Amino acid sequence: MKTLIAKGKIPLATHYNEDQSTKFSIKDKLLLGLSLSEYLAQAFRNPFNWILAVIFTFGGYVTITRFLFGLGYVTHSSYDYPWGLFLGFGLFTMVPLSASGFMLGTTVEVFGRHDFKPIERLALLNGLLGYFFAVVFLQVDLGQPWRLIYPMFVSLGPAAVLFLVAWHVATYLSVQVAELVPAFAEWAGMPKLKTFIKSMILGLTIAGIILSTLHQGALGALFTYAPGKVHPLWYSAPFQWFHFFTSSVFAGLSMLIVVSTICKKTMAWRADNNFLDNLDRLTLGLAKGATLALITYLVIKIIAIAHDGDWAYLASGWGQWFMLEMAVGVILPMILFTVSIRNNLAGLARFAALLAVLGIVLNRLNTALITFNWKLYQEIPHWREVVICITVYALYIVTYRFILYRLPILYTWKKDEEAAG
Amino acid sequence: MKAMNRRKFLKGSLLGGAAASVIGKSKNAEASATFGGYPDAMGVLVDLTRCVGCRSCEAACNKEQGLPAPAQAFDDLSLLDHKRRTSEGAYTVVNRYEIPGQDHPLFRKIQCNHCNEPACLTSCFVNAYTKTPEGAVIYDPTVCVGCRTCMVACPFYIPAYSYSSVLNPVIKKCIFCYDTRLKFGRPPACVEACPREVLTFGKRNDLIKIGHQRIQMYPDLYEDHIYGENEVGGTSWMYLSSAPFDQVGFDTDLGTQPILSYVKEFLTVVPMVLTIWPALFAGFHLLATRKDAQKKEEQSEK
Repeated sequence: MKTLIAKGKIPLATHYNEDQSTKFSIKDKLLLGLSLSEYLAQAFRNPFNWILAVIFTFGGYVTITRFLFGLGYVTHSSYDYPWGLFLGFGLFTMVPLSASGFMLGTTVEVFGRHDFKPIERLALLNGLLGYFFAVVFLQVDLGQPWRLIYPMFVSLGPAAVLFLVAWHVATYLSVQVAELVPAFAEWAGMPKLKTFIKSMILGLTIAGIILSTLHQGALGALFTYAPGKVHPLWYSAPFQWFHFFTSSVFAGLSMLIVVSTICKKTMAWRADNNFLDNLDRLTLGLAKGATLALITYLVIKIIAIAHDGDWAYLASGWGQWFMLEMAVGVILPMILFTVSIRNNLAGLARFAALLAVLGIVLNRLNTALITFNWKLYQEIPHWREVVICITVYALYIVTYRFILYRLPILYTWKKDEEAAG
Repeated sequence: MKAMNRRKFLKGSLLGGAAASVIGKSKNAEASATFGGYPDAMGVLVDLTRCVGCRSCEAACNKEQGLPAPAQAFDDLSLLDHKRRTSEGAYTVVNRYEIPGQDHPLFRKIQCNHCNEPACLTSCFVNAYTKTPEGAVIYDPTVCVGCRTCMVACPFYIPAYSYSSVLNPVIKKCIFCYDTRLKFGRPPACVEACPREVLTFGKRNDLIKIGHQRIQMYPDLYEDHIYGENEVGGTSWMYLSSAPFDQVGFDTDLGTQPILSYVKEFLTVVPMVLTIWPALFAGFHLLATRKDAQKKEEQSEK
């Protein structure tokens, strides 16, 4: 795409072409204003696409075998570890890393911080896709995915935590779709739809906060069903939901910093100056929020250890593993964020955000897989399970990129009169 | 016109009723944390001191439940050399435990303990599980989605899953022979098959008395504890042992609270967030945007 821009092509961001004579068709918009051969040529030039092709060829095949031969073919069919990587990684880490949607929605729409507007849509998209693919992961893992709607309509178990997760994720997905409708409406040229959504944006955002608080917490509360199975340092009946909720706050913000960095590095052509020029300032703003959440999380973690009387476990091997997770995934990013805010170093904040993201992945894997059944043996996921996870994640990246290239997420759609002038 | 209104009213009250029934259900479940079990629930008392590890119970279970033939025959006792757990093909298994200081090993039969307040039941989001008044914990496989939360929740590692099935994988576990026997007041197949009277079938309340009597009569033989009398809120299947329970593979750290009591801390937060958050954040919004609102007002006054 860069080479094409150098040749004088302008990425499509209006309804009409330069001389105002013709209106772009949906096909033009989908092909970014290029001809089909130009579009394919730029796609083939990108080495990342070749890596993706390899992943989809091999991983796609393995993923299909899961549905042809059952879960037993791609996992170890463990009775002791009913949840493997699909949920341990796919559900339990994708969801907190997608908390950015409700965080930035709250910041801009509820707290009226309109200075965060340039990154709001990216945050919303990150939220929507993360949730959507968490559900995709869930569908890979469920024994009978075609019964997904059973808890909604067929047989209801309203006292179960998972019931709450199912309903909230479903409702929140629709809230997030609605929140992103304005971007789609601009692109597709449907202004009335945008006005309609804008009229209820505050309600949607507050609904988003409620649903997010509860299902982020509920994912943690799911583990309170297993008091003897999760290691005490990763388990606290009264605080589990709060641990998962507070950590999702900095997880979402840090993920947003990471994603925006990737966008800046790999698709600067698609972003406009409103995004690029503000990004360093916004990164530090997000870092401030993340630091507050990190310190809250650290304190409540320590309180939980004190409350449950788990100090003695810190001296064990599990305790060292726990302290490593806290040091690298919580304390270090917190210090680095603080230094970067003080000295105005957006680059350092980006590195700290990456650490925090990895810290969250480690924390969720620790809770769901590594310290789970700590009194039994350690389950190592089947290689096919790993391949399927990589494949679904690659699908997530491709979808993400497809939307970023097209919808006005990183750039502002030019109004018709502006484009004319 | 009036008729219309009445119809609307009826519709509304129906919806309200439906909502109330949903809320009512969850209330029941929460109230049941103090539920001590059905008064006439049946149970089985397993006396480890009598078991010789013949695996007759396994064979009887296999036949009664129509399970697939095992890879190794039931009279092949070499299986006891390693520890096994319940699986999709075996709802009950017997394990052998060498006890330090005792000249003979102890054998322990494992199956669903049929908790008074089952964790599997309370964690199921399609309400597939039922605790029957007879004491059995049964489940409806036709609604099972396959989330396997019940397997995570079960403190005894009992429910298994038919991973090998492509089109209809479901949870598999002991149902106390509910459909074929318990419902009609008959003991489960394993109890009938036991040649050593290891398994005593009866009302749970009576079994607790019998257990304590045995302990009283032979205080040197038995540990002074009935495993399952109070563990995780009490179970229908209970155990007597001559060795400390942790030496025969029992988890002795489970506590006496039903698993649901650990989850309740979160469940109480839910209605609070649902009711307080909207007002709180709408308030934040008004507070944060008050200057914009003031400006607007001033402009309109001009």
